[in-house]
Amino acid sequence: MPASDSNNISRRIVSLLMENSPGALSRVIGLFSQRGYNIETLTVAPTDDISLSRLTLITLCDDQTIEQITKQLNKLIDVVKLVDLTEGEHIERELMLIKIRASGEAREEIKRTADIFRAQIVDVTSSLYTIQLIGTQQKIDAFIEAVKDSNVIEVVRSGVSGIARGEKVLSL
Amino acid sequence: MLKDQDKSPASGGTHPSSTNLTEVNADTEMLSGGDMVARALEEEGVEFIFGYPGGAVLHIYDALHRHPKVPHILVRHEQAATHAADGYARSTGKTGVVLVTSGPGATNAITGIATAYMDSIPMVVISGQVQSHLIGEDAFQETDMIGISRPVVKHSFLVKRTEDIPRIIKTAFYLAGSGRPGPVVVDIPKDITAPSYKAPFDYPAEIALRSYTPAEKGHSGQIRKAVELLLRAKKPIFYAGGGVIQGNASAALTALVRHLNFPITNTLMGLGAYPGSDRQFVGMLGMHGTYEANNAMHESDVILAVGARFDDRVTNTISKFCPQATIIHIDVDPASISKTVISHLPIVGPALPVLEEMLTQIKDIEAQPGIANQVDTEALDQWWKKIEGWRQTHGLYTANRFDDTSEHIKPQEVVQLLHRLTEGKAFVTSDVGQHQMFAAQYYLFDYPRQWINSGGLGTMGFGLPSAMGVKLAHPDSIVACITGEGSIQMCIQELSTCKQYDLPILIVNLNNGYLGMVKQWQDMQYESRYSQSVYQDSLPDFVKLAEAYGHVGIKITDKSQLHDQLQTAIEISKDKVVFVDVYVDPHEHVYPMQIAPDGAMNDMYLSKTERT
Repeated sequence: MPASDSNNISRRIVSLLMENSPGALSRVIGLFSQRGYNIETLTVAPTDDISLSRLTLITLCDDQTIEQITKQLNKLIDVVKLVDLTEGEHIERELMLIKIRASGEAREEIKRTADIFRAQIVDVTSSLYTIQLIGTQQKIDAFIEAVKDSNVIEVVRSGVSGIARGEKVLSL
Repeated sequence: MLKDQDKSPASGGTHPSSTNLTEVNADTEMLSGGDMVARALEEEGVEFIFGYPGGAVLHIYDALHRHPKVPHILVRHEQAATHAADGYARSTGKTGVVLVTSGPGATNAITGIATAYMDSIPMVVISGQVQSHLIGEDAFQETDMIGISRPVVKHSFLVKRTEDIPRIIKTAFYLAGSGRPGPVVVDIPKDITAPSYKAPFDYPAEIALRSYTPAEKGHSGQIRKAVELLLRAKKPIFYAGGGVIQGNASAALTALVRHLNFPITNTLMGLGAYPGSDRQFVGMLGMHGTYEANNAMHESDVILAVGARFDDRVTNTISKFCPQATIIHIDVDPASISKTVISHLPIVGPALPVLEEMLTQIKDIEAQPGIANQVDTEALDQWWKKIEGWRQTHGLYTANRFDDTSEHIKPQEVVQLLHRLTEGKAFVTSDVGQHQMFAAQYYLFDYPRQWINSGGLGTMGFGLPSAMGVKLAHPDSIVACITGEGSIQMCIQELSTCKQYDLPILIVNLNNGYLGMVKQWQDMQYESRYSQSVYQDSLPDFVKLAEAYGHVGIKITDKSQLHDQLQTAIEISKDKVVFVDVYVDPHEHVYPMQIAPDGAMNDMYLSKTERT
């Protein structure tokens, strides 16, 4: 039976614990470019245990490829533990900082839109708002869509972080 | 500022457990980094270091000079150091050790590291690096060895403190040799090995890593299911690869295959895992596999793959691969399972305990009464009849697969003769190309670790230096390097190393005056347009070349002299390097050859005029 593409490409959130050591991150990223996997977003930071980093990435792939990705990641010596969060109930969040030209009539409209999305204006000048928004990727996409007629100056997105719901944990 | 942070333990610059090394035991030796490297290699029982000195490793070389317990073999090019260590490792099962300097020393080693990586060969490569404070400043002979080697190593370390050397080298050997073996790079900046700084040397007895726990045995339930499949099979076949040899499981495999009386095929990397001259062996499979092996695979109903990875040179077109077969796949590396061909029954574990448990379970079941508990011998007889039929019609060894009445010396007959004259007991290394396939097809390897070739990466230049490593490990055996006039020139400088260390190797150069495999493809797919595959009378006189290095050269052009001259060469090669330059038919092709693209396992060209 061939391990061919099944065409059902889906969005996967892979979250892993790895040794907080130099070179570990480059091994993970290198694996993706070396084997032709894609990375949509990537976040990484140390955990409460300073010797461990938590890395979360989103990749678009089919079932066959995600199996290979998780196996290949597990094979890396620096990777301690790994979970595909999309296999179960989970919470995902991304943070965005967006700087928008806000003067004249648009100023009030942008403020209203931010309120609707429960975003916060974290920096203000006479002509600019810097807005912080936390949510799922879709929510952030929706906000950008909502303000696209305004003069968006700069967008910074953190990439998605995630955690499983309930009793399920990724820890040593 | 960032650099300083990087070096502090808190930033993760060192392993957390290393901090306790600062508690110095009263009787702990204080050693420099250079001495630590030498001592660590001694502790690991290293028999040979293959290397080449240079600025960044001079402290280590000075330490080795004072520690003569670990002999060093000075090669003529760092690529050869890695291949020699590789040949040593393949022929012994021990970890090969390489020592090279920074920059070009390190980059020259890359081809050999990649070769070892593709074939899962245990190797530790210690590379020098520029001084810590110069890293990142484009210093003289600086290269980012960790970065450049990353895709072709199992793991790598940049040593940041002298204190870490024992733990890192211990870990490197542990990783290289355990689980699915592979090369590990240890990059050491020059200041870390300086004689002026001494630190406690406390070599760990063992290493445990929280992130690395290779499987030690297979899942008994899965093995049970596999056994049931095997006992129910009507057209079974074993498909065994290099993992059986690496996993020292040849005897267990042979016992199982013989007990069941099933046919077995080996991959290029697996040759010798099962005796090549045995009746149940149907030959190599794949692109240049035998007619009977490729047909048996294609028509089989159960395939037991062990230590093999369904490489594209084996499967041909994946969507047409063995349509009726239920696939059992034993591999120590879970990532090898269902990577290209989906396995119906995966068993993750080392080949040896899995195969042993399989045979035990089979014997237990067979001891119970009932027809379902026995191999279906009637179906198996039919299956063997079919296989024997394939053997008789187009088999490599029973049918006349090449024209031995030709006036030209045929490369196949040279290999057959070498097999006969060495009683099938020589270690054979090869380079890459037609000669490699002829060697694989016609030297029937009866023992594991006897056949040494670059299967995965396909590295020309591998044959001669790897033969040096084999010869050092097996000084009393005949070591033959079957090569071609193209490949041998890629590492021919090692004739000098052979002289220095008195390594009598038999080099059999199947000289056809072309890059033979390239020419074969150009014949078959490019209407014989020989783009850059011809040397136009520029080949050296290999006899004189061998003599220039202080060796013996023998040229064979006359077919009637082949036997006697080769016999003489083998005799002389017991004391001296002999370069046998055999002029073979320039237009011979390797057959069978699978038809690609879009062909199945059993779609093959059988000769220049026949196809399936």
